[in-house]
Amino acid sequence: MQFVPRWTAIKSVRNYFRPPRYSNELTAHMGPKEGIPIYRVMDDNGKVQDSSNEPKILYDAQRQGRISFYMTSSGEEATHIGSAAALESNDPIFAQYREIGTLMWRGFTLADIMNQCYSNHLDPGKGRQMPVHYGSAKYHFQTISSPLGTQIPQASGAAYALKMRGQKNVVMCYFGEGAASEGDFHAGLNMAATTESPVIFFCRNNHYAISTSLQEQYRGDGIGYGIPAFRVDGNDLLAVYNTTQLARKMALEKNSPVLIEAITYRVGHHSTSDDSTAYRGQEEIDNWTKASNPITKFANYLKNKNWWSDEQEKSLRDQVRKQVLTEFTAAEQQKKPAIDEMFTDVYDEMPWNLKAQREELKQILKENPDKYPLDQHVESPSLK
Amino acid sequence: MNTFQAINDSMRLAMERDPNALIFGEDVGFGGVFRCTLDLRKKFGDMRVFNTPLTEQGIAGFAAGAAVMGTTVIAEIQFADYIFPAFDQIVNEIAKYRYRSGGMFDVGSLVIRAPCGAVGHGGLYHSQSPEAYFAHTPGLKVIVPRGPIQAKGLLTSAIKDKNPVLFFEPKILYRSAVEQVPVEDYSLPLGKAEVLIEGKDCTLVGWGSQLYVLDAVAQEAEKSGISCELIDLRSIAPWDCETVTNSVRKTGRLVIAHEAPKTGGFAAEIASTIQETCSMDLKAPVLRVCGWDTPFPLIFEKFYLPDLTRCLQAVRQAVSF
Repeated sequence: MQFVPRWTAIKSVRNYFRPPRYSNELTAHMGPKEGIPIYRVMDDNGKVQDSSNEPKILYDAQRQGRISFYMTSSGEEATHIGSAAALESNDPIFAQYREIGTLMWRGFTLADIMNQCYSNHLDPGKGRQMPVHYGSAKYHFQTISSPLGTQIPQASGAAYALKMRGQKNVVMCYFGEGAASEGDFHAGLNMAATTESPVIFFCRNNHYAISTSLQEQYRGDGIGYGIPAFRVDGNDLLAVYNTTQLARKMALEKNSPVLIEAITYRVGHHSTSDDSTAYRGQEEIDNWTKASNPITKFANYLKNKNWWSDEQEKSLRDQVRKQVLTEFTAAEQQKKPAIDEMFTDVYDEMPWNLKAQREELKQILKENPDKYPLDQHVESPSLK
Repeated sequence: MNTFQAINDSMRLAMERDPNALIFGEDVGFGGVFRCTLDLRKKFGDMRVFNTPLTEQGIAGFAAGAAVMGTTVIAEIQFADYIFPAFDQIVNEIAKYRYRSGGMFDVGSLVIRAPCGAVGHGGLYHSQSPEAYFAHTPGLKVIVPRGPIQAKGLLTSAIKDKNPVLFFEPKILYRSAVEQVPVEDYSLPLGKAEVLIEGKDCTLVGWGSQLYVLDAVAQEAEKSGISCELIDLRSIAPWDCETVTNSVRKTGRLVIAHEAPKTGGFAAEIASTIQETCSMDLKAPVLRVCGWDTPFPLIFEKFYLPDLTRCLQAVRQAVSF
């Protein structure tokens, strides 16, 4: 592991994917010579290439009382778990929306996920935001918002506030490679660099921003701003873990932001509103899924160590599937939040205009109870 | 004290009250381009009073992040005209932070200060009054003080308030307005208008430097036997409907004046609300005297502003309706 504080020429982004250049050396880059190489620990079969690189994930997991973990299969699971495992559990996380694994690592349950997605009265977000916009004060996970990149300068400010107080935490900030084109990415990194804030910028470079490919997103190779940068194989959980752990140490010791770019592939559609075969071939998806699947790779690693077997895998899958279905049904059956909650939390105290509007709605509901799905909601004390 | 000294004083007290409070923005370190942060870096150190890179969206986003960690933040946008790059952070993030998290997180400990309004020669980008853009955004408080005493007391409240506050400072008042400002820590309430002159024929509503114009209007009107009631709105959001309603119920007439363009300006909100609350009391249509619906022009400033002549004419029109 070494730190290379030298800016050199940039080569085109196209070259670092075909063929990818891997390295077993965990190195921070200020700038690439021939495209920043992608750090990896395991090969595609889950075999550790250089045993000095092998971290103690399972040991750590066991110590934290986690015997298993499950992730929905989107190809980026290793980036979530590998990075979250290398953080302290009270390091604040600012995320984009495709980082549910980090929350699950910290203890967010299937029920928590379902309650948010169902907008029911058990959702601490009170059903106000779209599904997958999770947040948790308990797990130090800032509530997700839709506007892309906005969390990046926020993470810088949060890191500065923690540094000011002498708190030994870093702030973790996740975003996709598409969001990195927003002005807020520039603003956030530059602010963090000049204010010397301990924040890790974790870019999930999964090749696509909805339908837009890398070649349409940017032409450079890696990002400067005078901060150390890592490029890591995002499908290699151990590599992500090692990288994040080192980045965290550097951020705290040097009071400096650190950038991690995890190269991965968005296996699934962008969202339920997207059919990704409209802009990319099935062959491309299959290649990534087969050649470099983070779950298979990690499972192979465990099996090579004799820590995991096909039988255990089958039994875990069955168990988790059952649990998911149970929580799914339970969340579905819960009532929605009180309609009252539409008006609360806009301010700490409700101003006159909101009180008047709540009163107006109360009258409307009183006179037209059959026009609204009132029985689906928990009763509202102030709308009675 | 003049206005910039009063603002400086309020910030100094905030920094003394809270050892973690931060002040940042473009060029605030050496005292700010309007001298509002003069000597604060010397007093509190460059960890707490610092220059940022030249990025308004970065300043607003950074402010939100520090505030959500519970830190008191006073961020500065150098001119209100340049707040628009931060519009997304302010409208989509800062304003909605508490609501969207179900109250789990908030950025209530932040204030964004920005000099606003006409200054005689500011042209398009050193003259704007953008309060109406933000009044349309639930979750924000928007304040405009009219002078040094108000500026100190309202800014102190804004800093202590548990909601994000945009604090627009009419820059023409920085040096021109001088008052005996109490040296101690005091607060003036947010969301409350103030009746400056009592009258019975016509209510005048304004904020910021426009109040000086309206004060002159009231004096001129007095000469022709028209008694005006002058109200400083102080808070644009949430605004004090009750005080304005009570006044209009008494006078039966309302003239609202602001520098910002007429269409979509905050006077429209006041006018339509008062029309709802006072329909039986109104003896004349509610009149708005505002900037024209053009960008703020350099050489035509005197023709652009809602000056004494135009406001006085509106009062006469209302009274003789």
